[in-house]
Amino acid sequence: MATAHEIRGMGHSVPRKEDQRFIRGKGNYVDDVSLPGMLHMELLRSPYAHARIVVIDASRAQALPGVVAVVTGEALAAHNLAWMPTLSGDTQAVLATDKVRFQGQEVAAVIAETAYIAKDALELIDVEYDVLDAVPTPQQALAEGAPVIRDDKEGQTSNHIYHWEAGDREATERAFAEADKVVSLDTFYPRCHPAPLECCGCVADVNPATGKTTIYMTSQAPHAHRTLFALVAGLPEHQIRIVSPDLGGGFGNKVPIYPGYVCATAASLLIGRPVKWIEDRTGNLISTGFARDFHMHGELALRGDRMTGLKVKLLSDNGAFFADAQPTKFKAGLFHIVTGSYDIPAAFVEADGAYTNKAPGGVAYRCSFRVTEASFMIERLVQNAAYELGVDPADLRMKNFIKPEQFPYESATGFVYDSGDYPKALELALGKLGYKELRKEQAEARAQGKLIGIGLACFTEVVGAGPGKEYQIAGLRMFDSAELRVHPTGKAILKLGVKSQGQGHETTFAQIIAQELGIPYEDVEVMEGDTDNTPYGLGTYASRSTPVAGAAAAMISRELRDKAQKIAAHLLEAAEGDLEWEPGRFVVKGSPERAVTIQDIAFAAYTNVPDGLQAGLEGVHYYDPPNMTFPFGTYAVVVEIDRGTGAWKVRRVVAVDDCGYRINPMIVEGQIMGGLTEGYGIAAMELITFDEDGNCIGSTFMDYLLPTAWETPEFELDETVTPSPHHPLGAKGVGESATVGSPAAYVNAVVDALAHAGVRNIDMPVTSDKVWQALAEVGLAE
Amino acid sequence: MATQEAVVTRPMTVTVNGQARFAEVETRLLLVHFLRETLGLTGTHIGCDTTSCGACTVLLEGTPVKSCTVFAVQAEGRQITTVEGLMSNGALHPIQQGFHEEHALQCGFCTPGMMLTSVALLAENPSPTDEQIRWAISGNVCRCTGYQNIVKAVQHAAAKLREET
Repeated sequence: MATAHEIRGMGHSVPRKEDQRFIRGKGNYVDDVSLPGMLHMELLRSPYAHARIVVIDASRAQALPGVVAVVTGEALAAHNLAWMPTLSGDTQAVLATDKVRFQGQEVAAVIAETAYIAKDALELIDVEYDVLDAVPTPQQALAEGAPVIRDDKEGQTSNHIYHWEAGDREATERAFAEADKVVSLDTFYPRCHPAPLECCGCVADVNPATGKTTIYMTSQAPHAHRTLFALVAGLPEHQIRIVSPDLGGGFGNKVPIYPGYVCATAASLLIGRPVKWIEDRTGNLISTGFARDFHMHGELALRGDRMTGLKVKLLSDNGAFFADAQPTKFKAGLFHIVTGSYDIPAAFVEADGAYTNKAPGGVAYRCSFRVTEASFMIERLVQNAAYELGVDPADLRMKNFIKPEQFPYESATGFVYDSGDYPKALELALGKLGYKELRKEQAEARAQGKLIGIGLACFTEVVGAGPGKEYQIAGLRMFDSAELRVHPTGKAILKLGVKSQGQGHETTFAQIIAQELGIPYEDVEVMEGDTDNTPYGLGTYASRSTPVAGAAAAMISRELRDKAQKIAAHLLEAAEGDLEWEPGRFVVKGSPERAVTIQDIAFAAYTNVPDGLQAGLEGVHYYDPPNMTFPFGTYAVVVEIDRGTGAWKVRRVVAVDDCGYRINPMIVEGQIMGGLTEGYGIAAMELITFDEDGNCIGSTFMDYLLPTAWETPEFELDETVTPSPHHPLGAKGVGESATVGSPAAYVNAVVDALAHAGVRNIDMPVTSDKVWQALAEVGLAE
Repeated sequence: MATQEAVVTRPMTVTVNGQARFAEVETRLLLVHFLRETLGLTGTHIGCDTTSCGACTVLLEGTPVKSCTVFAVQAEGRQITTVEGLMSNGALHPIQQGFHEEHALQCGFCTPGMMLTSVALLAENPSPTDEQIRWAISGNVCRCTGYQNIVKAVQHAAAKLREET
């Protein structure tokens, strides 16, 4: 039911509450936290990708006035802290003891009175390295005789980490045997980096008198981090308080626990003073959670224009430690959503992971655990299949979509899609684009020697993990929580287990309460990020806040509304069953003048409860979703290619998204535009690469390029609404749709411009020089 | 390398957001650290250390500078405006209103620098085209919004400022 303008529940584009502090420069990010007596920590990083540490001599650094301590791996080892567990069940060095395994690895920490002195001292630490051969690619890593990177692990004789499969191998082989056409694609989804504008950091404050450990840190998952800290450091969990303050973006980068956090906490514990560590940009780009780095081979079996089978082989480059942030039993994340929006009866995925001399991480850069790579593979493959069959790429998609009446739909790899209407989203996008006219224009332009390309991507995501029995990280079930306290005067505070990094939770979640309880959104304060003062949750990533914590907020509102009904019956001297709910009040059926507002009820909850009912209007709900949600949509991109330079310019981007019901449409559209921009960055320029010695190229924003306002195209947005049948609000989650869906649309557009000449692939990032090479190879370069 | 040399300091005077400030600073102290640490004006952020991202943008004599690449002592005797100086008489600056109303910010980390660059643009060009706005803010990176609403916010402020004059 729609709520009034005064209440502004779901569907209202309410300006954001959190803006007020940010536009005044009054945000509170981790680097803004300053405590009395606080020291500063800087990390010494390895210049080599692979080397044995012979000796570390910190005596000159230690002697520098203002230096309080220099911590090495050896010192940490004495406290059993030199290694820590990763989110994927591997181990990772906190500070290197035996070897360094990637360029930028943490070797020592200096703690000093100022950050300037700490940086000076880094230059006075003498480390003697015995340089070893670097292994910068997974192909080299798995080759016979490759140096074993993880010789610290007992029984590890190669660089192979895992083999993982999903789907039905035999059924898929049968489909391929019966196919009359097979289309294949080899593509490399390169290493990129979430690069939030704020780097990672923390202020660790161990109280020497009480042992209470407060860690202000850039954390997308503060509760899970508290538990991991307890397990890693052996600290009693009730004495650990994680406070994740305002975050300057996250995009997955702030999901893992990094050595810097552990070092700063250990240092504070040993020294007895607060210790601040703020990563610089190079540290962020070369050592923290990267994304993608998947070498993929895909094959699509066709009978006529029907897709009958799909198989994909993956080689994952996991870096020096297997530290992917993803549900434990899924070694390649949720890549097996690779059948996408299509009714493909048989599919099989096999993945292998390899250690290399590169930074660990494997976080999902604005994506639900490798769904981006999957979406890219299927949408590129389908586009190429259309060229091979000589049919229109839009028609081929339309023919093979899972049909609206097939939902709930069980995919060949075992997902149960909750709801969808793929033809509707594609039709809307094509109409908005003027697709047929554009195809005509493309043909005419081609005749005149001009190259225009039209790229489509009809993505389907899987987001909102759990259910908890299926999806767990480090054993923690992926539920989430909401605690709602309605105060006597009818104002409320909502406490969540998730944590915004810019998504606007303070506004969106207040609107959920407004929708469910009729309390105006201005009267609801949303609090998150402080583990002492919010209920346990798994955090914000993989588009799970609205699907999971949003559902928890709706459910606790409904529980409190049930209690409110009892109080209302008492106040109105009516039977509970005779009351009707209208947004913000209970009314006696048939007597509209007999009503009590939620505010009156809240007051009575503390002043006049009926006998036998507990006082108060407060509660907490832990929501374990029955299934994931499956947002989808169609993105269409039009590009023009310069045959002289290979430069490509985006002429139009049409984005139709279906994320179920939209709570705050303005915020939803903001999320989509941001994702389309990051998707453009990934397609066009963002790249972390390495030379043959394992030197990282892409370690500053002068090498790791981000889209600015100048290159970023204009976006034309539209929507369809197919609610999730199992989510209490019918919402699905939207934060990552555009980064998942759009890279394939951009690349498809460039390839489409060259497809008539036989070009079938250009790997990302699609830079002008690569396009020019492709043009030259088919005789189209000018 | 500044390592074992004696720390060199000098006194400086600078006007920040209309207020005269005096301090004895290390000559190597960056302006961004002077603002954040010495004066406690934490609205100015640090995003990259290489003058690329613009999160640390402030106005020096009305001109946007990236304060991570300016020494504090270079501001000696000059006027600086930070995000904390945008409001006047308790009222939001039109650029602040524009950013709020057009949903031109998400995480808020780039916002102060983005607003200050925009203020400088509008002082020079009260009626910019969308393209001129995009060019003007191209030294300020935003990872969240996709810029479209930032362009709208600057136009929103431009219209308001034209009305006021």
